[in-house]
Amino acid sequence: MVTEKDVQHIAELADVGVSSEELGTFTHQFNEILEYFDLLDTVKGDAAATRDLYNIMREDEVEPSLPQEEVLRNAPAQEDGFIKAPRVM
Amino acid sequence: MAERSILFEPDDKYNAFLRVCNKPSYTEGKLAGVAVAVKDNISTRGIETTCASRILKGYVPPYDARAVELLRNAGAAIAGKTNMDEFGMGTTTENSAFGPTLNPCDTGRVPGGSSGGSAAAIAGGMVQMALGTDTGGSIRCPAAFCGIVGLKPSYGRVSRYGLIAYANSLEQIGPMGKSVSDVSTLMEVIAGHDRHDSTTHDRPYTHTPHADIKGLKIGIPQEYFGEGVDPAVADVVKKAIGRLEELGTTTVPCNIPSMKYALAAYYVTCTCEASSNLARFDGVRYGPAADTKRSWHEAYQEVRSAAFGTEVRRRIMLGTFALSSGYYGKYYAKAQVTRENIKADFNRIFKDVDVIAGPTMPTIAFKMKEKSDPLSMYLADILTVPANLAGIPAISVPCGKSEGMPVGLQIMGRMFEDERIVDVAYAYEQAVN
Repeated sequence: MVTEKDVQHIAELADVGVSSEELGTFTHQFNEILEYFDLLDTVKGDAAATRDLYNIMREDEVEPSLPQEEVLRNAPAQEDGFIKAPRVM
Repeated sequence: MAERSILFEPDDKYNAFLRVCNKPSYTEGKLAGVAVAVKDNISTRGIETTCASRILKGYVPPYDARAVELLRNAGAAIAGKTNMDEFGMGTTTENSAFGPTLNPCDTGRVPGGSSGGSAAAIAGGMVQMALGTDTGGSIRCPAAFCGIVGLKPSYGRVSRYGLIAYANSLEQIGPMGKSVSDVSTLMEVIAGHDRHDSTTHDRPYTHTPHADIKGLKIGIPQEYFGEGVDPAVADVVKKAIGRLEELGTTTVPCNIPSMKYALAAYYVTCTCEASSNLARFDGVRYGPAADTKRSWHEAYQEVRSAAFGTEVRRRIMLGTFALSSGYYGKYYAKAQVTRENIKADFNRIFKDVDVIAGPTMPTIAFKMKEKSDPLSMYLADILTVPANLAGIPAISVPCGKSEGMPVGLQIMGRMFEDERIVDVAYAYEQAVN
């Protein structure tokens, strides 16, 4: 069982926010979905996932890339050719 | 090369398009002058690409996805961007931030999803072909619900470069069209190795569909006609399979025991991958501006809670939870074991048979707003997710009607045998038309 407090915590971890009106609905839905996922407890076997692709190496060569203006075009906040982000410290 | 343009002014009564290009240019090539619609999670240089989400409103990609570049090289005219469930998360196209798409066969019903806009654009006669993407059935479901053809290629056959990722290990870009020939032609253009996508294989698709399928063995999984599948839909599909038998094929019953776990494994995997993939949408490099004066945690939360839809936030949270400390072994690890079990089941069956056939969807198209509860919506994907978990190719071809609505016949094939399932779909289509 997940509680409203758990859902609040997950919403904060994931930076998606959850309003007080949504909290009850999300909690109810999560419990329903997670109860369905519990089916996986009865899965047999421990076959490790195998992939038929291996590391693909290439030479580290400089290739044409996008001009700076084009890369920055979609960024909502910029300064001196850099993308401006919220402070992290 | 001479560049010309076509006039494209569709009467879009179904909200199939989020953006229409009225005078798209084209060049010479296999698709010279053919209007092709592109799902809005596939990057198109110079054309706004939003994944039907407010968080990408105004985003104009500075580069083309590989599949779009190949379309342009083949002469196609990019007709516009089609509506979808936000980031591909849904089975109805009702989860679009820009309003739902309507099913051209009955506007009171959903077109299926998440590539519902592409399917409706074709079914509504606006374009002949379109690109969709399929993570857990998002090409095949709308193809079935709208009465068109849709192919989910083998994983690695079409480059995902420029596809805005939702669940990388499951999704493929694929062709949708009015006929099997259209789908095959489009597949020929977009398939092949791309050094920008290390999961692609060097397996180009150069194939002309042919209708001779005499001697082919078709597996009929019991699970595809069992509980949860509308008996009327099952009957339509059984008749279609009977038609394939008349063409000289034999059918053998088979079982996919691991299918019991497929849906749970699918939703654990895709929500986990989504929680990681969608972390990049924070209002810094694109999208609505994050308040750079606040702390990053507050700023991101403000942007993301306002601009992501409910289903997207629900899946991000489910994935975050499933990957959180103490739960990894219970959910993600078990889901990966299930994937291996499903692959093993398919491999075993494909030793005996050439293709597997069954319904694409367990029901006909839902009525608008019919599926309001998330779990009941998820359960509708039960017949399409096994192919994504195993990576194998699967196609949906219209095979009749139930209650006046189209029903899709799904044909799944061995890994990289996309050509063979195209042939079976083509043989069926030729036999009934």
